[in-house]
Amino acid sequence: MLASLSRRAILGIYAVIIIVPLTVVGFGSFKSTQELFAGPFSLPQSLSPSNYAEVIGGQDLGSSFTNSVIVTAISVPLTLLLASLAGYAISRLKGFMAWAIFGFLVLGMAIPAQANMVPLYVLFGRLGLLDSLAGLVLANVVSTLPIAVFILGGFMRTLPKELYEASSIDGSGPWKTYVSIALPLSAPSVAAAAIFLFVIHWNELLYPLLFIQSPGNRTLPLALLSFQGEFQTNYPLLFAGVILASLPVVVAYVFLQRYFVAGITAGATKG
Amino acid sequence: MSTHTNMAAKRKATDSRTETDAAKGRRRSPTRVNPALYLFPLPAVAIIAFFLVMPTLQAFQYAITDWNGFSATFNYVGLDNFVRAFTKDSLFTNALTNNLKFVLMVVIAQTAFSLVLALLLTKNSRGSILLRALFFFPTILSSVSVAFIWKFIYDPNFGLANAVLGGVGLEALQGSYLGNNSQALYWVAVTQVWFHAGQMMVVYIAGLQAIPRELYEAAEMDGAGRWQQFKSITWPFVAPATSIVVAYTTVQSFKAFDLILGIAGNPPKQSLDILSTRIYSTFANSEFGYAAAQSIIFMAMIALVTWLQRRLLRLTPKGE
Repeated sequence: MLASLSRRAILGIYAVIIIVPLTVVGFGSFKSTQELFAGPFSLPQSLSPSNYAEVIGGQDLGSSFTNSVIVTAISVPLTLLLASLAGYAISRLKGFMAWAIFGFLVLGMAIPAQANMVPLYVLFGRLGLLDSLAGLVLANVVSTLPIAVFILGGFMRTLPKELYEASSIDGSGPWKTYVSIALPLSAPSVAAAAIFLFVIHWNELLYPLLFIQSPGNRTLPLALLSFQGEFQTNYPLLFAGVILASLPVVVAYVFLQRYFVAGITAGATKG
Repeated sequence: MSTHTNMAAKRKATDSRTETDAAKGRRRSPTRVNPALYLFPLPAVAIIAFFLVMPTLQAFQYAITDWNGFSATFNYVGLDNFVRAFTKDSLFTNALTNNLKFVLMVVIAQTAFSLVLALLLTKNSRGSILLRALFFFPTILSSVSVAFIWKFIYDPNFGLANAVLGGVGLEALQGSYLGNNSQALYWVAVTQVWFHAGQMMVVYIAGLQAIPRELYEAAEMDGAGRWQQFKSITWPFVAPATSIVVAYTTVQSFKAFDLILGIAGNPPKQSLDILSTRIYSTFANSEFGYAAAQSIIFMAMIALVTWLQRRLLRLTPKGE
């Protein structure tokens, strides 16, 4: 009885600590500063989108949004493609070579991106990749390829070898077997990895901060960060920015919740 | 076009079936694989070699120079950068101390809290599933978004924390949170736990659900109390989950770069400076050689702490 009461208390309080700030942010994004400070918990007096208009038009968050979409839409499939090709080969090659390729690719997980910023910046400078969306795509691919190989390669290794053999007896080459056997059978793992990569790439801040100079090339997290200095305590504007930056991920979470939990946890347990 | 080649390939395959069958014995021996398979991992291997491994090795070279990032020449200075970091640069030692403190606080708090949440939500009831989804939610947000939300919670004048405390008559507990330099790091640690506890809870739930129920039934028949059951069944059985949670939380809190920049601004004030933000500031200050040396210390710290934890966790008795 007592145990069940304290269970409810803990869960209830923590639920409130999550729900209330999020609600305040949602309501606050429609309020004026005065209205927010006077009653942070109350419903907004009107659903006037003026804060959104200000951040999208005035602060050019719209173009940052587009940049984020472009970068994420290219870097996620590209990482998946490279990682699944490698994972597939690892699952079919045997012995030392498979182990060596897997080990080499996965070793990268031990190198934190933040420890690599100086040499990567120098390299990107030499290749003319600074201040470009292409550079951001490449940086995303590099930083998440090891973990994607770990997730996908780990899964593909569990596929029964007989399927591959049957397919090669049918006269399919390795490419055809990859497309028609390995990829479809790995769909759950690919979906989980896709979600994991989507969240990481969409929210990536370090590389844009390092590489991007022109405001027109900013992605959302970088644009948001620049708000922090400009609007000190203009919270309604910050909140409108937070909502816009979070919207795609939140919408995806509502519909694909199961994959989120699987994907982000796979990333965690294997990272 | 591709259909055409496909069909041609298929026809050829059919034509040479007998030949293939004859060669099969040799082809399927374990030592021979289709050499084309080696092409598949090539792009990934090339990218990792060129953009991850090579730069990392280069960091070691930069670390022993005084290079400023743009001049054509630089001098090799031996271990001077490392000596400077530990003995002459109070900004760096301050960031190092902050980072270690932050990691320690977050690892203890997040591991304990996520285990409590997991224990309370192990059963797959409707309510549990809903609450799990809610508690997991903050993990999907960007660090900058989470930073802004908590900046408002902690705002000394208009913030939620002080508003709630004032509302229930606890004005005495109101504070300035991030404005208070001796406490700021603790409050960011709270934010970090709010951000990621739900993620680690999911890891623990998977571990808890794998424990056979019969063990608890048997323990209950033996008259073991709840604490006894936790100590002798639950804790040893979730040990693998614990080591995942501790290791991941450690790396995650070493890298709390985005959250710190979002909540404290760029560059952060000293009381909130951690290793990654310090490296970034050194880099932004065009001290490339010195920043590379700091990066290497940073990597070494993560490796050292992870290694220490492995040793400590192995010392804990498992299922006596």
